[in-house]
Amino acid sequence: MSSRADSVPELRQPLPLSVRLRSGVAILLTGAALMAATMLLGTQVSEYYYLAAYTILQFVVLGTAWNILGGYGGYVNFGTAGFFAIGCYTTIVMDKIFSMPLFFDMLAAAATAGLVGFGMGYLTLRLRGVFFSIATLALTIVLQTLIVNWSFVGGARGVYVLRPEVSGIFVSYVQLLVALMVGLAIFAVLAAWAVEKSWIGIGLAAIRDDETAAETCGVPSLRLKLIATTMSGALMGMAGSLFPYYVTYVDPATAFSLAIAVNSIAMPLVGGTAAWWGPVVGAVLLGSAQQILTVTISSAANLFIVGVLLVLFLTAAPSGVVGIVRGWKRRRK
Amino acid sequence: MDFSWDLLINAIIAGALLGGFYASVAIGVTIAFGMLDIVNIAHPAFMIVGAYLAYAGWDSFGMNPFVSMAVFAPLGFVFGRAFYRAYNFFFERRGDESIQGLAFFFGILFIVEIGVVLISGVDYRSIDAPFLGSTFGIGFVSVPWRMMVPFLVGLGMLGCIHLYLSRTFTGRTILAVSQDVEAVRLIGADPIRAKEVAFGIAVASAIIAGVLLIMIQPVEPSIGREYIGRAFAICVLGGITSLPGTLLASLILGVAETLTTTFFGPSWSPAVSFGLLLLTLAFRPSGIFGR
Repeated sequence: MSSRADSVPELRQPLPLSVRLRSGVAILLTGAALMAATMLLGTQVSEYYYLAAYTILQFVVLGTAWNILGGYGGYVNFGTAGFFAIGCYTTIVMDKIFSMPLFFDMLAAAATAGLVGFGMGYLTLRLRGVFFSIATLALTIVLQTLIVNWSFVGGARGVYVLRPEVSGIFVSYVQLLVALMVGLAIFAVLAAWAVEKSWIGIGLAAIRDDETAAETCGVPSLRLKLIATTMSGALMGMAGSLFPYYVTYVDPATAFSLAIAVNSIAMPLVGGTAAWWGPVVGAVLLGSAQQILTVTISSAANLFIVGVLLVLFLTAAPSGVVGIVRGWKRRRK
Repeated sequence: MDFSWDLLINAIIAGALLGGFYASVAIGVTIAFGMLDIVNIAHPAFMIVGAYLAYAGWDSFGMNPFVSMAVFAPLGFVFGRAFYRAYNFFFERRGDESIQGLAFFFGILFIVEIGVVLISGVDYRSIDAPFLGSTFGIGFVSVPWRMMVPFLVGLGMLGCIHLYLSRTFTGRTILAVSQDVEAVRLIGADPIRAKEVAFGIAVASAIIAGVLLIMIQPVEPSIGREYIGRAFAICVLGGITSLPGTLLASLILGVAETLTTTFFGPSWSPAVSFGLLLLTLAFRPSGIFGR
C-alpha cells in the first residue's frame, strides 16, 4: 500500500489557453464559413435550400437552448414551444406598434422570453425537477389560451405579417433571415460552450448529479438554475422572433406546435446532452432527415419517426451520439 | 353573459358531474406519479387509445361502450404491466429515470398521438349509443345521461381502487411502495411486482376513462394534451398520493372549469386547470391533503 500522500488524487492541471479556446475558435470559423456561403450563394441556388437551412439552424438554436438547462442542469423543459411563441408574438406586437429593424425585435423577444423564464423558474425551480417540467407544459397551454383570446395579435384566426423591403447587400428577404439565423445559431452555440466550460456549467452538472449534495457543498443551486432558465428562455424567444417573417402567417396552432417541443427535446437527447456539440449534431441529423422525409413521404410520418428515434436512442444509447463517440475514443486508447 | 341563479346552479351541478369523469382520468396519474414515482405524462395518450378502441368497437361491431370497457380494460392491464417491465428495464434499473425517463414518456405520448392520426385521421369521432342521448330533470336542473354515466363510473372506479388498495395484500404492498421501497423489500414483498400491478391498473383506468370520454364528447387525437394538465393539476392539488384528495380536487376543477365556460366562454377553459396547477405549485405544492 502506498503512503497517504500518494493516495490523494492529483489536482488536474488547467489546460493551456490555446487548447481551452480551440472549440470556440472552431465554432467561430464554422459560423464564418456558413455566413460566407449564405452571402455568396445568393440567387445561385433554389430558395428551397435556404428555407431548409433556416429550419435546421432554428433547431440548432432551440436544441442548444434547451440543453443549457436540460442537459447541463437536468431540468426537463417541455415548454420550448411556449418560449418560441413568446418570441413570435413579441415580434408581431412590435411590428404592429412601431416598425423597427429586425434586430430590435430579436432583443425584445429575448428580454420578454428571458423574463418569463426567470419568473417561471423563480416560482417552480425550488420544487423537485418533475414539477418544473409539468409547470412548463402548463405554461405553454396558459400562454396559448391567452393568445387565442387576444384579438390584437389575431386571436385564433392568426395574423399576416408583411416582410419589409430588403436593401443593401442582401438579394432577398429569405437570405437576410438565414444570415440572421446563422448569426443567432453561432451566438447560441458559443453561449452554451461558454456555460459548459465555466463555473456555471460545473455547478449545473453538480446539481444534475445530486442536488442535495451540491447544495451542501455550497453550490448556489437556485441562482444557477435561474441563470440557466433565463438564458435558455431568451435564446428560444430569439429563435421565435424571426419566425413570423419566415412564414408570413402565424396562428397559435403553428407557434405553439407540439412538434417544436418534441424536436427540441429529441435533438439534444439524440445528439447527446453532455457536450455543446451534441445538440448541434442532433439538430443537423434529425433536421435534415425530417427535410428529406417531408419531401419524400409526408410531414405526419416524419414527426412519427422523430418520436420513434427519440425513444430508440433513449433506450439503446442514452448518452446519444456524444456518448457513442466518447466510448469509441476511449476504446481506441 | 348575464348572471342568473338557475345558470349558476346548473353550472355547478354540470361541473360536479364533469369532475367525476376527471377523477377517472386523474386516478391513473395519482397511482403512477403519486404512488410509484413514475411521471407518466403519456397517461392521456393511453386514454385516447381507449377512446379510439371504443369507437372502433362501436363502428365495426356495434359494441356497447360498457362491453368495450370490459374487453379493453383487461388488455390495458396486461399492456401496462409489460410496459412497466420495459420502463423498469431501460430506465429505473439504470437510475436514469429523471431526464431520460421523462423524455421517454414524452416520446411515447407523441408516438401514440401521431400513430392515431396516421391510422384514423384527424377527424372527430363519436359514438351515439341511444342511452346517452336523453336527459332527465329535477326541478330546473337538467342532467344529461352522457354526463351522468361517466360520473357514476368514475366514482365507482375510484371506490373499487380504494377498496383494492386498502383491503388486499398486493394493494397494501403498492401503498407501502409509495412510502418506502427498501422497507417493502425487508418484509419480503417484491416492490417491482407491486409496481408492475399498480401500473397495469393505472393503464386500465386510462382505457376506461377513454371510453367515458368518447361518451361525453367527440374525440380527436390531440385532445389528450389538455388532459395532461388537468390530470396533473388534480393530482398535485389533491396532495399527490391521496385518493380522497384526487376526488375533491377533481370536483373543484370540474366546477371551476364549468363556471369559467358558462360565464367567460369556452375558449378560456383550458387555462383553468393549468392556472390552478401553477398556483398550487407556487403557493401550496403539497396540495390540500398533502402531509
